[in-house]
Amino acid sequence: MLELDKLVKLVGDGIEAVVTALGLGPTWVTLVQLIVAALVVVVFAALVVLFLVWWERKVSARFQMRLGPMRVGWHGTIQTIADALKLLQKELITPANVDRGIYFWAPVVTFVAAMAVYVTVPFGKGLIVRDLNIGILYILSITTFTVIGLLMAGWSSNNKYALLGGFRSAAQVVSYEVPMALAIVAVVMLTQTLSMGEIVSQQAKFYQWYIWRQPLGFLIYLVAATAECNRTPFDLPEADSELVAGFVTEYSGMKFAMFFLAEFLNMFTVAAIATTLFFGGWNGPFLPSWMWFLIKTLAGVFVLMWFRWTYPRLRVDQLMSFAWKFLLPLAFINIVLTGLGIYIFRP
Amino acid sequence: MADQFIFWVAAIVAIIAAIRVVILKNAVLSVLHLIVTLIALAVLFLQLSAEFIAALQIIVYAGAIMVLFLFIVMLLNLRKDEFGRDQLPWLRLLGTLAGAAFLAELISLIGGGRVMAATVPDGFGSVRSIGIALFGEYMFPFELTSLLLVAAVLAAVVVARRKSSNEVDAAPPAGSEGEA
Repeated sequence: MLELDKLVKLVGDGIEAVVTALGLGPTWVTLVQLIVAALVVVVFAALVVLFLVWWERKVSARFQMRLGPMRVGWHGTIQTIADALKLLQKELITPANVDRGIYFWAPVVTFVAAMAVYVTVPFGKGLIVRDLNIGILYILSITTFTVIGLLMAGWSSNNKYALLGGFRSAAQVVSYEVPMALAIVAVVMLTQTLSMGEIVSQQAKFYQWYIWRQPLGFLIYLVAATAECNRTPFDLPEADSELVAGFVTEYSGMKFAMFFLAEFLNMFTVAAIATTLFFGGWNGPFLPSWMWFLIKTLAGVFVLMWFRWTYPRLRVDQLMSFAWKFLLPLAFINIVLTGLGIYIFRP
Repeated sequence: MADQFIFWVAAIVAIIAAIRVVILKNAVLSVLHLIVTLIALAVLFLQLSAEFIAALQIIVYAGAIMVLFLFIVMLLNLRKDEFGRDQLPWLRLLGTLAGAAFLAELISLIGGGRVMAATVPDGFGSVRSIGIALFGEYMFPFELTSLLLVAAVLAAVVVARRKSSNEVDAAPPAGSEGEA
């Protein structure tokens, strides 16, 4: 009853009617529809980040027996809006010795990469911008640009802490991408499709969720995804005590905010992918589908926050050997087991 | 019309970025422009309904190889004066000749009308069709390639490995392995 797919179809048809009435062809209809969809996704992402920042502060406060933000709004609910307004007003400082071109483009690359992923995330029944047939591969390929953005930021800042932070981040993300992709491969072996929409529709019933058949794959994905988001215990790229703020050290105002936004968006993204691949996506009883998607994804985000405020940070060498000597072989074993399972149970 | 527009934009971006890769003096900027070229090529692959190849192009080239390029180039942090004078001047000539030959070949191919617009069969460029081709018809060359890659990886490990204490020579120690 509260499903949004009818509304989406209505808006889409409305756009088609208006654009056709203006005497423009079907190409323009698609273009306008996509622009509207992109705007909706951008607004949604901004709202998600506003909420997540407040939530993270509240969760961290609870973990440390504090109250967290309490002054602005009920229990500090509009604290993030106040912070965002403050950031918007700040002067954009460009340090004297930065490489201007790369320094300017780095936050843009990171932010666009974080945003572009949402093209193929199934938010609910009928709520997917484009159900690409390479869905999950598209997400994996877009997220690689985040690393390039971080390296650009670290190098162009002309600051040793920023450079070290950028390098650490690149090494970490490249290393953990491999077990993460292999964990996803094991799921794809079962689904036999890469399309996000289809993967969700295969998990309509509770017992069909892929977590039951891929528990090891899920654990590998969870660890690797935490590392991909550069969050504790894998937050070495911005280990405050060693590197000030890592690759964002020389950024301020809106440019800083773009990195910040991308970071929180990435957290939501990995939780959304986990929901789609392992927890049945938007399938669920009683509540509308988009609400189930949000509940499952936010639960995933909460687990990431839980990690952050519970575990201490790893050392650089521990981080690397864990990825290459433990997670990677484990991911290969998982693929072999999955293959054996398919061979035995699906003649 | 939209197809044409996207093609021209991607093609022009690819060519301009590729030219800048060659002429820019700053190595980091060169690598970044190479990434732009690869993205533009991925767009062209998409237009040829080769979605899988496009995604792989970005994951493998832009995501893995170019990040390593960036990594190394940034670590070395070469400045203009550190390049020194051109040590292999004949390479420039050779490159120009090879480029010219390739261009001539392209022009004769396209001008000769031997390139036809192909009709694409159903499911062309999908993961399924590529997988069937790789593990069916082209099984042997595919496995040979992977063997070659394993050999290359082993060679890299042997070269990069720290010398054990009994075979230490005058060579300076390699960088610590842990910090990749």
